[in-house]
Amino acid sequence: MLSQTSPLAVAIFAFFVAVVLGLSFWLGRHARSSQGYFAAHGTIPWFVNGIAFAGDYLSAASFLGICGMIAFYGYDGFLYSIGYLAGWVVALFVIAEPMKRLGRFTFADALDAKFDSRGIKLAAAASTLVISVFYLIPQMVGAGALIKPLLGLEHYWGVTIVGVTVVIIVATAGMVSTTWVQFIKGSLLVVFCLVLVVMILVRGLTIDPYGKDGHRFRVLAEADAVAGATILPAAAEWAGKPYVRAQGVDGVVAVWRREADGRLSECQTFKVSKDKLTRIANGRPQGIGPGTGDLHPIGHLAALPGGVAATGPLSPTAFLSTVQDSTVVLWAKEEIKHPDGAITTVWSQKPTPGADLMAPGQHPLFKGIRGELPLVDPAKPATRTAWWQALWSRVDFISLMLALFCGTASLPHILIRYYTVKDQASARKSTVVGIAAIGFFYVLTLFLGLGAMTSGMLDPTDTNMSAPLLAKSFGTLPFAIISAIAFTTVLGTVSGLIMAASGAIVHDVMTNFLKIGLDDAGKVRAGKIAAVAVGVVAMWLGIQFAKVNVNFLVGWAFNIAASANLPALLMLLFWKGTTKQGITWAVVVGMVSSLAWILLSGPTFKDVYGIDAARSPVPFSQPGILTIPLGFAVLVVVSLLTRRRTGA
Amino acid sequence: MDPADEPAAGDERHATRVGLVLVTVYCLLYAGFIGLAAFGGDLLKTLRPLAGVNLAVLYGLALIVAALVLAAVYMRACRRRGDG
Repeated sequence: MLSQTSPLAVAIFAFFVAVVLGLSFWLGRHARSSQGYFAAHGTIPWFVNGIAFAGDYLSAASFLGICGMIAFYGYDGFLYSIGYLAGWVVALFVIAEPMKRLGRFTFADALDAKFDSRGIKLAAAASTLVISVFYLIPQMVGAGALIKPLLGLEHYWGVTIVGVTVVIIVATAGMVSTTWVQFIKGSLLVVFCLVLVVMILVRGLTIDPYGKDGHRFRVLAEADAVAGATILPAAAEWAGKPYVRAQGVDGVVAVWRREADGRLSECQTFKVSKDKLTRIANGRPQGIGPGTGDLHPIGHLAALPGGVAATGPLSPTAFLSTVQDSTVVLWAKEEIKHPDGAITTVWSQKPTPGADLMAPGQHPLFKGIRGELPLVDPAKPATRTAWWQALWSRVDFISLMLALFCGTASLPHILIRYYTVKDQASARKSTVVGIAAIGFFYVLTLFLGLGAMTSGMLDPTDTNMSAPLLAKSFGTLPFAIISAIAFTTVLGTVSGLIMAASGAIVHDVMTNFLKIGLDDAGKVRAGKIAAVAVGVVAMWLGIQFAKVNVNFLVGWAFNIAASANLPALLMLLFWKGTTKQGITWAVVVGMVSSLAWILLSGPTFKDVYGIDAARSPVPFSQPGILTIPLGFAVLVVVSLLTRRRTGA
Repeated sequence: MDPADEPAAGDERHATRVGLVLVTVYCLLYAGFIGLAAFGGDLLKTLRPLAGVNLAVLYGLALIVAALVLAAVYMRACRRRGDG
């Protein structure tokens, strides 16, 4: 979908971002020493640090990705909310205080506090870098998704703007100002999302078959649908598909889908030529003005309980139960590949009972977890295949939930924040404040997502834009404010991640592993150079991964974090037999195995390499359920072996 | 900063023990949710125990609230020890 720019929205947006950046420079102006640059002198007040935890954690992925996933697939997006928060329980109860006792700057410091091993330093720095970069990609993708509807610029502009701004922030200020950016934006995000949820509840649910551009999606008897039009033959790539292509007298081709009852339902189509230069939306060249066309915004209800047309204001529980009893029109997506290399994406209407949307299993990845495991009839091989499919989607689901649970405590940019307060009691209080803010926000995401699902504003091509488009359905002002907050969210998270990555490079690799003797000013300078380098890499990757739901990418970052770091962290804290070789190998094996699994999984094949997902050699996409236990096993085995050797 | 918040070595062990108990409680709750979603058939979808809202939503919200409640319990447990 193309977007029209509103000068007012741009002005509010620019003002907001400028204020936040100005504040962060002002607050960070005293950070000059390396202690101040990397850990904010250990002087951040615990309440500020707690909200900054929320600011760090409620990234673009939490905000944009979860809202988008709920808006397109219902409850499955909320699974991420639940898992992300559950991870905090591990962080607070098991990791927070021992970490603070052990470390000073980075994750590697904490792991290495007992051993002073160069192997650990290198392995931990590598895992910090890999996880930071994997976590940076979705933030960058999110930035593009924000800039597009707001400024009407292409996705890569958003990525570039964020990248450049963050590199400036990090290169000039360091940890003090990133903490304050996180605090300001964490508070704003929670408050304005609350305002938005209140607006959703006051608006209630309405049946409006017309989208925000006044287009009504039709379901008609075949004779009415194709009256006066020429039916095009179902040629090669269209053969066997349920679509009817009707060319009107004006030459425009409309695509309809043949439903089970024989009627035709209106589809939307978007054709992109192989060189990506020609874009045809709904049969016309994509553009604004006469003779051109565009995709229509989606997100409407087909039926409300009791046959009413509008509910009026609803209480939170009434809102949820009403969605459960409604019928929502979702859109199924199919890609048609033409012989000349062009691709047509066809979206068709899929009226879905709210009861299905409000339980796990709507997302294609988790489709098999509904109902009981199918019975296997030994005589029919098909039933065996169905049984395996149902099993693998359950394993995928459990693996994701496990990775989210274990991943939070292992994220490098979350751990680094334990060092910015002065003692364990403050770290504890910060984390409780963080949990309260984050938990409240995640409750809001459910309403935001469902509100977006029924807003009539969604862009069928991009799930990540759902939250700002929801705000747009309430007017320019909420839209500009929410976009600005989300944008500063991206800035804040990206700064934190780049800090963690540059800390790993300078502190762990250069100073401790390579033993390069840097003075204080040299360390800060090296940190800034590293920050610029990481920023450039992240910008490039952000442009490559533009179409993947950002939440999905974050889920993978959690898998890697949990597999590489959690076994080492936990065993170090609770098992006296842990050796330095055990830690090094656990980090390396956990990181490499989870990364390899992800690179070989179906979604990567499809969305990144453009290969058929069925050719993926791994049966499910989330590696955590295998690679987390593998990390523990490697640590224990290697520790036992190396301990015996040193004892002998 | 209140000096009573500064933990001594014994309090740290106490805090660790309380933390492990609480994290076990939460693990059981969380595992219950996963088990119901993966192997509970349509229970999460069809049961509507409260105000017409289904079990999937209620259990999800309960997990979020439980995290906060346990965090508060943890704070109190650590602080009481610090005061005594």
